[in-house]
Amino acid sequence: MLLIRCPYCEAERPEVEFTYAGEAHIARPADPSALSDDEWRDFLFIRTNPRGRHFERWRHMHGCGRFFNAVRDTVTDKFAMTYKAGTPRPGDEEIALASASAAADSAASVKDARP
Amino acid sequence: MLLANHPLLGKTITGDTASRLSIRAAEDVARFSLRIDPASAPSAGAAFGTPLPTRIGGMVEAGGRTALQLGPDEWVLTAPGADSDGIADAFAALQEPHSLVDVGHREVGILVEGEAAALALRSAIAFDVEAMAVGTGCRTLFDKAQIVLIREDKNRFRIEVWRSFADHVWGILHAVSREIALGL
Ligand SMILES: [Zn+2]
Repeated sequence: MLLIRCPYCEAERPEVEFTYAGEAHIARPADPSALSDDEWRDFLFIRTNPRGRHFERWRHMHGCGRFFNAVRDTVTDKFAMTYKAGTPRPGDEEIALASASAAADSAASVKDARP
Repeated sequence: MLLANHPLLGKTITGDTASRLSIRAAEDVARFSLRIDPASAPSAGAAFGTPLPTRIGGMVEAGGRTALQLGPDEWVLTAPGADSDGIADAFAALQEPHSLVDVGHREVGILVEGEAAALALRSAIAFDVEAMAVGTGCRTLFDKAQIVLIREDKNRFRIEVWRSFADHVWGILHAVSREIALGL
């Protein structure tokens, strides 16, 4: 089972407590009535579906209840980092830093994991 | 006619010896779900009579009343059953925008005590129960049922579960306590 870090609970929690909620950073149209059919189609259905790094939403459904964002590799299933909803998409440097410190943390001690 | 329905009332599961594992239905209490802006938490704590914890998982207990933070703006408050109306009145007088919902009849409590308590819970909970700090609590899943788990002491846990899931959780605890008693 995957362990996912909830940025609100500030803890690694088991995957079963979470639900997946699709791609992140898709802004709702500011003026919905002005949208053409094609623009609506793109907003509702067209997703990047990348092979590799993916910015996605998760919800800590059976925990704090909050939606947040995660950076996950769709090939390895490895989470690089998670961050609170509403914060901007992290840059390459920030992601590299976060995943390096997470790797160091988990190597240092598994028993420090706070539920 | 309305009938009180407590699926676990008076039930007990004794393990091989009481010191290793003992599971029983907890006394009923008053429970409230509180949603409020964390910036207003101090005034909510004043209304409740016990300060609210300020981090998720944190728990504050004073004078028989307990406040546990479940989410960024969500707390569960428990108190002796007789305090229920007084708490509702105190929050009705609170000027800050908030929502206080009486969920006292929605849930039942189960106490899991003894040296093997963490072992028993581990059978159906996916996180490291042993690593949970004493005096904290969290919402999680027990098998497929959502619960709130509180670690009251090193060897004493409390499960709060919706009454419709209570039989399911109880059945698993029953099976697990047999396995532990038989040394499986
Ligand atoms: Zn959370």
